[in-house]
Amino acid sequence: MKLKSPHLLGLENMSREEIALILDTAVSFREIIERPIKKVPTLRGITVLNLFYEPSTRTRISFELAEKRLSADTISFSKSTSSVQKGESLRDTVQNIEAMKINMVVIRHSSPGAPHYLTHCIDSQVINAGDGSHEHPTQALLDMFTIRQKYGTLDGLRVVLIGDVKHSRVVRSNIWGLKTMGASVAVCGPSTLLPYEVEKFGVDVYTDVDEAIDGADVVNIMRIQLERQQAGLFPSQREYTNLFGITSERLKLLNKNYTVMHPGPMNRGVEITSDVADGNASVILEQVTNGQAVRMAVLFLLSGKKEEEA
Amino acid sequence: MPKQKAEAIVNKKGIMRAVTRIAHEILERNAGAETLVIIGILTRGANIASRIAEKINEIEGIEVPVGLMDINLYRDDVHSKLDQPIIQRTEILFDIQDRNVILVDDVLFTGRTIRAALDQIIDFGRPRSIQLAVLVDRGHRELPIRPDYVGKNIPTSKDDRVLVRLDKVDDEENVKIEKAGLKTRAKAKTKKGGEGE
Repeated sequence: MKLKSPHLLGLENMSREEIALILDTAVSFREIIERPIKKVPTLRGITVLNLFYEPSTRTRISFELAEKRLSADTISFSKSTSSVQKGESLRDTVQNIEAMKINMVVIRHSSPGAPHYLTHCIDSQVINAGDGSHEHPTQALLDMFTIRQKYGTLDGLRVVLIGDVKHSRVVRSNIWGLKTMGASVAVCGPSTLLPYEVEKFGVDVYTDVDEAIDGADVVNIMRIQLERQQAGLFPSQREYTNLFGITSERLKLLNKNYTVMHPGPMNRGVEITSDVADGNASVILEQVTNGQAVRMAVLFLLSGKKEEEA
Repeated sequence: MPKQKAEAIVNKKGIMRAVTRIAHEILERNAGAETLVIIGILTRGANIASRIAEKINEIEGIEVPVGLMDINLYRDDVHSKLDQPIIQRTEILFDIQDRNVILVDDVLFTGRTIRAALDQIIDFGRPRSIQLAVLVDRGHRELPIRPDYVGKNIPTSKDDRVLVRLDKVDDEENVKIEKAGLKTRAKAKTKKGGEGE
């Protein structure tokens, strides 16, 4: 059993067996993080380029650590200190770096489809760390891993994704991944932040957050970007918080063993209050730790020998 | 093409007796069980490891800690095989510092699995010693590795397959040799199903 594609571009077309393989493999890698020497020699000799055109704390450090802990050589690229400032194109940037003999590229870029574009102009394997509003597959994988860790399965669970659905790649990857794994998915946000015809994803759609979270097992909260408020997509931050902010009051109405998640970074007091973020139902920090294991699993599974090379 | 029947070289009782003798030898060489920890290589090595621990407990009344290890991340061929191995969870929940580690596997063949296991154990700490116990030694070493405790020495030719079957892992318990001379199986190369290295 292995992954069909040499790249990880998204979860939209990934089969249930492949997702399960990644999650199962991540269980074994999760243990390495607890060892005294958090390193295995598996990816020795492999060089990975972390190509980040957008700011990132979690994803970038998580990938870097995952690569180092697999004994790969890693190099990180930050747009702000690179020759992109001199006008160099994406294609030239990556082809020039590839000329230094690298094996894999982890790319985060503001243009949807940038990772796909790369697969056509370079030989290296490509991993999508977030492309515009399109997909962020490793985030959704670690979200699913975290949920499965708590509930044992994803089948039949009710997961509600709340926030700026229109601009969120985390929501999209989660929808595709969760539905493939048998979960029931709902999205909730102000109508200005819901994409047109979002129900065609096969999700329930709510603009009332109390209705949305009723009966939920997992509430996954997206950060609200303050720039959207500048663009007039919602009247004020305070109004967003009143109508959609997740507080312990709101969650009291959930009378089960629910879970609160957030991909980070959080705007405390805006989409989520501190007591919820730091409370017992929150697995936000576990998500981060699990992200390590999931990314190690992805790097390992992609590093296997490809059919053509056999 | 008719398959040559695999003959059982060791039966269930034989395995049990071998494990008993190995347990006694371990205790004799280490003057007791106080300094010991046992680490079994998944999957069948781990099964044998817990049997050895049980035996030691019967004989000396001491519970030796048992760990299990998946060595696939330390293999020297992890990227050259077409079928990536499934990685299982390693569990070593005790400190190995300054302890005598009994490393256990079912079949010793080329020695590459043991080499990987040694590298992995050293990443967990500095043991006082590592001693190797195997149920079957089938020869054909490709590295300078030798066992300290052997259940049975079975001379084989390189293309033979040695199949160890254990209760709880398989539905039977024995050691069989499948003789070489069958053209069909490319599978023989990928070393699945109980083939040691």
